[in-house]
Amino acid sequence: MKLITAVIRPERLSPVLEALFAADVRGLTITRAKGHGGETEAIETYRGTTVKMELVEKVRLDIAVSDSFVQTTVDALLAGARTGAVGDGKIFISPLEKVIRIRTGEEDMAAVTPPEPALAV
Amino acid sequence: MDDSTSLDAAGAAFASADLAWMLIATALVLMMTPALAFFYGGLVRRKNALNTMMMSFASLGIVGVLWALLGYSLAFAPGNAFIGGLDFAFLRGVGLEAQGTIPHLLFMAFQGTFAIITAALISGAVAERMRFEAYLLFIATWMLAVYAPVCHWVWGGGWLAEMGALDFAGGTVVHVNAGIAAVVAALVVGRRDDYGRRAMLPHNVPFVLLGAGLLWLGWFGFNAGSALAADGVAALAFVNTLLAPAATLCAWMALDYATTRRTTAVGAATGIVVGLVAVTPAAGFVGPLGALALGALAAVPSYFAIMARGRTGLDDSLEVAAAHGLGGLVGALLTGVFASAAWGPASGALAGDWRQLGVQVIAVVGALVYSGGATFVLLKLIGLIVPLRADATMESQGLDVPLHGEEAYTEGDGAVLLPYFPAHTEPRTAAARTSLDAPSEANAASGVL
Repeated sequence: MKLITAVIRPERLSPVLEALFAADVRGLTITRAKGHGGETEAIETYRGTTVKMELVEKVRLDIAVSDSFVQTTVDALLAGARTGAVGDGKIFISPLEKVIRIRTGEEDMAAVTPPEPALAV
Repeated sequence: MDDSTSLDAAGAAFASADLAWMLIATALVLMMTPALAFFYGGLVRRKNALNTMMMSFASLGIVGVLWALLGYSLAFAPGNAFIGGLDFAFLRGVGLEAQGTIPHLLFMAFQGTFAIITAALISGAVAERMRFEAYLLFIATWMLAVYAPVCHWVWGGGWLAEMGALDFAGGTVVHVNAGIAAVVAALVVGRRDDYGRRAMLPHNVPFVLLGAGLLWLGWFGFNAGSALAADGVAALAFVNTLLAPAATLCAWMALDYATTRRTTAVGAATGIVVGLVAVTPAAGFVGPLGALALGALAAVPSYFAIMARGRTGLDDSLEVAAAHGLGGLVGALLTGVFASAAWGPASGALAGDWRQLGVQVIAVVGALVYSGGATFVLLKLIGLIVPLRADATMESQGLDVPLHGEEAYTEGDGAVLLPYFPAHTEPRTAAARTSLDAPSEANAASGVL
């Protein structure tokens, strides 16, 4: 199992989610984040105060997957998040020791396999 | 002194109650444009909140100035059936002499607040993708070339006034006019890149409600002020402005509930605006029960137009056409139905006078054709000078930072002060760059805490 952490542009979140769901990657967590990835800083002025914004709004995704899903997930992230301009973000992949699903106590592979989705109400 | 004599002479002709009410009414109508900024600003995504609100606020400046310099004259100076002359240009001859029972200058200001909001209304159709420079050129030229003539037709003694068209406070002049301009503007500028592909949700629904509530408050000045006096007609228009939107709100919530089993807040805010629009042409001409019926009926076409519009290629982003164009059109036609000689100057179809309904149709069609055509020409001409649209990157990242250099909601994380004094641009060392929190010497020296 791997933990895939991706930092992407907020405006690419919708395309990324579409690509992930299309690839059947359905368990994930997102966090609003700020980061600096070498892009040109925006200059903003509030009355007399001019600032350079060194941190840019990003979205961070944390996705725990079984090994066989790593490449699929990465492909979906690349397809959804890439614009070609500096600031598209990064994908970090790290080994994952243990996963436990709180509801059932299932562990590891069983815990990262999404349940059949309940019918939308 | 010339000034004091003209004041004294004019002062005698004023009715002080009228003068006091019109001062307040003018301020109320002016407030509608910031209210519109909140209504529209809440409906867009947070990355475009400032741009959208600035589109309304900018009209307060640009249209306000141009109205005084030229627009008022084109609308209200003696002229031909189509447009006013230049007698009042640069406010020549617009002083404290009586116009009715109030100073001419105040009448000019009251009418100016209408021009300001009419131009701002159109911004809802091009929100989230139009370039600000192009938009400013557009509202400036549109007010002079479209609003002023149509205003002249109906209120300035033009051909529709001659024909006896009833438009108490601007159903045709303001709302049909802005509504059709919005359709054309949305088509010429083009739809947003995300339109029909991704969900674009309102970023602040409380702002939408706040804006609708303040619009309602301001609209008492808009409609009851259009009586131009503190009299019975003003009272009638005032009460109708209370009742018609209330009926529209009830009807809108009922339609919402009937179709989705829920009553939405954005829907309620929209219903209020549609009711206000619909009662605008009718306010001083129909009785209170007529206003209730008119308000309730007006909900239906706008409600279903909004439901259907999202499935078409027309990205009228904030529903200007459905709310103002269609609401104004329905209101103008229903004025011809519910107008009652017991309350106002004319009778409508309900009292057996079908001729008035015919005149109302002509007025609406005239505004639709002229405003639609002229808006198209103006935007095409402006497009030759500056690009109408923001580029795709700007559009996806949001217009606030690239076009205005500000964010609507920033906590200031990562904001590094650019030193004000040129001498302090030098010591920007690597240490100062990496330590975001520690105040650098440059910061301390420029007095920043």
